Amino acid sequence: MIEYLHFHLPVLPIVIPLMIAPLCVLLGSRHVANVLSLFACWVTFGLSLLLVSRVCELGEISYFLGGWKPPYGIEYAIDPLNSFLMAMIAGMGAIVLTYSGPSLRDEVPKSKHYLFYSLYLLCMTGLMGMCATGDLFNVFVFLEISSLSTYALISLGKTRRAPLAAFQYLIMGTIGATFLLIGIGLLYQMTGTLNMADIGVQLERYRVAAVIVDGIEGPPHWEGSRTMLVAFAFLTVGLCIKMAVFPLHTWLPNSYTYAPSVVTCFVAATATKVSVYAFIRVVFGIFTPEFAFELLPLDTALWSFSLVGIFVASIAAIYQTNIKRRLAYSSIAQVGYMLLGISMANQDGLTAGIVHMFNHGLIKGALFMVVGCFVLRLGSVQMDDWRGAGKTMPWTSLAWAIGGLGLIGVPVTCGFISKWLLLTAAMEDELYLVAALMLISSLLAVIYVWQVVEVLYFSPPSEKAKKATEAPLIMLVTTYVVVAATLVFGVWTTWSAGLAGDAARFLLQGGAP
Amino acid sequence: MSNVTPETLIQICMGLPLVALVLVVITGKIANLREACTITISSVLFFVTCQLAGHVFSGARPEWSLGDVMMPGFEIAFQVEPLGMLFALVASGLWVLTTIYAIGYMRGHHEINQTRFFACFAIAIFAALAAAFSANLFTLFVMYEVMTVSTYPLVTHHGDEKARNGGRVYLGILLSTSVAFFMLAIAWTWSVAGTLDFTPGGVLAEAFSEGKINAVQLAILFCLFAFGIGKAALMPFHRWLPAAMVAPTPVSALLHAVAVVKVGVFSVLKVAIYIFGIDLIADTHAGDWICYVAAASILLASLVAMTKDNLKARLAYSTISQLAYITLGAAIATEASMLGGGMHIAMHAVGKITLFFCAGAIYVGAHKTNISDMRGLGRTMPFTFGAFLIATISIIGLPPGGGAWSKYFLALGAVDSGKAWLMGTLMVSSLLNIAYLVPIPILAFMAPTKNETDDESHVDGGWKIKEGPLLCVVPLCITAIGSVVLFFFANQIYQWLIPIVQSGH
Repeated sequence: MIEYLHFHLPVLPIVIPLMIAPLCVLLGSRHVANVLSLFACWVTFGLSLLLVSRVCELGEISYFLGGWKPPYGIEYAIDPLNSFLMAMIAGMGAIVLTYSGPSLRDEVPKSKHYLFYSLYLLCMTGLMGMCATGDLFNVFVFLEISSLSTYALISLGKTRRAPLAAFQYLIMGTIGATFLLIGIGLLYQMTGTLNMADIGVQLERYRVAAVIVDGIEGPPHWEGSRTMLVAFAFLTVGLCIKMAVFPLHTWLPNSYTYAPSVVTCFVAATATKVSVYAFIRVVFGIFTPEFAFELLPLDTALWSFSLVGIFVASIAAIYQTNIKRRLAYSSIAQVGYMLLGISMANQDGLTAGIVHMFNHGLIKGALFMVVGCFVLRLGSVQMDDWRGAGKTMPWTSLAWAIGGLGLIGVPVTCGFISKWLLLTAAMEDELYLVAALMLISSLLAVIYVWQVVEVLYFSPPSEKAKKATEAPLIMLVTTYVVVAATLVFGVWTTWSAGLAGDAARFLLQGGAP
Repeated sequence: MSNVTPETLIQICMGLPLVALVLVVITGKIANLREACTITISSVLFFVTCQLAGHVFSGARPEWSLGDVMMPGFEIAFQVEPLGMLFALVASGLWVLTTIYAIGYMRGHHEINQTRFFACFAIAIFAALAAAFSANLFTLFVMYEVMTVSTYPLVTHHGDEKARNGGRVYLGILLSTSVAFFMLAIAWTWSVAGTLDFTPGGVLAEAFSEGKINAVQLAILFCLFAFGIGKAALMPFHRWLPAAMVAPTPVSALLHAVAVVKVGVFSVLKVAIYIFGIDLIADTHAGDWICYVAAASILLASLVAMTKDNLKARLAYSTISQLAYITLGAAIATEASMLGGGMHIAMHAVGKITLFFCAGAIYVGAHKTNISDMRGLGRTMPFTFGAFLIATISIIGLPPGGGAWSKYFLALGAVDSGKAWLMGTLMVSSLLNIAYLVPIPILAFMAPTKNETDDESHVDGGWKIKEGPLLCVVPLCITAIGSVVLFFFANQIYQWLIPIVQSGH
């Protein structure tokens, strides 16, 4: 039995939520759906933890779907990077679902609850699948599963703007997915295979060794690289839309703002990170860093877009009075930090980028969960209505302050770990300007976080805040679990920065999935 | 205690404030029990610190490392050397007195949220000790930031708009300088020197001789450190200190005269001695720019202090001026100036905490905050103003106040380094100190009160003593005596600190 479990472990975290999702719809009862989906999420989380430990023990695990060998069949390739991310997604998925009860009853009509649970599981399936699979077309399929379910989840929002926001995201998301598909098609046409590792090997044929002229090594180049260039461009831009890289971020603020709080918690903590992961895979696994960063100036492009994005989005965040929107802009800025690390393409930079995916997932998840608590009790996401809530909702407010410190990157929170790693990586690469700008930009986070803290603690209470009571226990406890995690992973990083370091090492050794 | 190794003592020292934190939170509802816990633990902590000091001053350099659990490649490690030991001794010793004082003050003044107050206090002391013991810049930075954040709730204790604005300036300046300059300087040091460990003789000398960093860059790096360590309150990044005066007086006393600001100047000294190395600064003149800035800071802050009528604000500017002395000592970079800077940490701490204690006692006892309202008050509060006078003597640097020695060594250092004009700065500054501090106790004792006829305490030509709460007055008398005792113990401190400048050669 145990052997059987171990054998099928790579596919179980995807299959379980996928199977239970239709069950929720078929049974149609919101109570049953709730219990079933909770069960599915926690089991998935447990299995993905097991998977992490198996990968640490055995190294890369390859699973052939239906026993069909790659490159003909679909391969699930689990390595340090994606097992780490899968555990994060499943963990956040499970904890947010546990948290969801009271908030969901408040924001979504009861008749639609069973749909919510089903969509939530599908979204999780899609995200987990994108991580696990080693097949490029499969990435597209799972991306669409997660995206379509996210559109539907967003449209469950309370206000009439929610469907519009979902529609906006649908348009942008579909363009992104189509670009991805075109890129995949071009690569398939070029190599005749869809397995990512195999595409990487096939592309190797076109590589021409660097020419040495007058003792100076010229940049490497690729024969017949026009198709490759176009494919790479489509894949990059397509994924950048899904990552919400500035200036392709326009879909994100509205979706995060108008979606039900619970949906925002889960999506903000996981969705963009998975796209960043897919991007890492495309750059490091299929094309090589050599191709992306030496032949093409992707590194310069990435860090300039990232830095501009960080500044623009952070400044935009400062001016938002809607707190969900404020955090949404902050998310756009934070994606910039991840890409900044990845664009350095060295051990420390990649580690920083990867660990920030994890750390930011925790921090942003925690903060949106706090927002969910406030929305439930105050019925508003406007800063004016939050005035003085620190007196009536002390625990929720404290959670905001601690989570906010993480976002700023104060030592002993996990945000500091990312920031420090990114800083030392930039210094090592002698990117002094990038290092300085990155530090200055992180001060903008102080402003947009602390404005809210001041409103909570130092303003005379608003009418709504006067009447408010502390959030329900289950929401508080789960929020504090995530908040505590941001502190734990800020002090003890063997399982965050340590694993991210392994993943980066793996990628730099030419690790294809 | 003799069978406890110094390594264990380090752990106990840093563990005790955390134990205090837990106990304070648990016993928060029962005020007497909560305060008993804090006093007991702070006393035990002082005792343990003394034990540890015995080891360190007799030459031991105990170490304790947690390894790189927090950051791959960067260790959280502690190693106690004399400068840190002296700072830890001062901080833990004054914590005991401040705790006693705080009980008197907080109760006398019916403050709210006392549990949060004592809890945050314990974290701040923990951070101060851990910073004092840190073995590398990374550990120091982490503790430095923990201290910034943990003192924020103390500064904004009153929770009103004034507190909010004060807290905003406080957190804003301390966080921005530390992130924009200090963190950058640390990363730069790391990329150049390849290590962040505090090493006798400095770690940058080798990088300099290998050409990885030139003299101008060294000077820029020194500036990044001096300004980045915003807690040293070097102008123009000093605004946070007056802003922090919205806090209850015990906070201003221990944190903004001792723990927080001293962590700042201590870090500057530590960087100068163990990262740059005295010889490197002297050879490359890396500290010259900061010499000018610090000298200007000394004089300007004194001048501003003269214009302040609010006693705490005047003391805050006086602190800025006195902190610049220590930064100056680091920038001059001679043996005497480093020792003078190190001694000034202790001398100024004891003197300034007395002055703040007095300010608090006056506030609780007579509800006066402005100096102009304190005329004649010395007659009703003779102990408070007597202590104030003694501490003033120490701050100015007149015998028999402890401050005389540290200023003497700083002046000696200035002459040694060939910057004799700094002597002039120090002299003028002492005169300014006299001008803004001495009138306060003099007027309190000599001047007639404003409306003598209405004064209730003026009974039959005599003066009825009406001091603050006993728990406030006793600690301030002790620290006042302490600042005189330090004058006679200066040689001892000098002997303790000698190894920090010798190990570089």
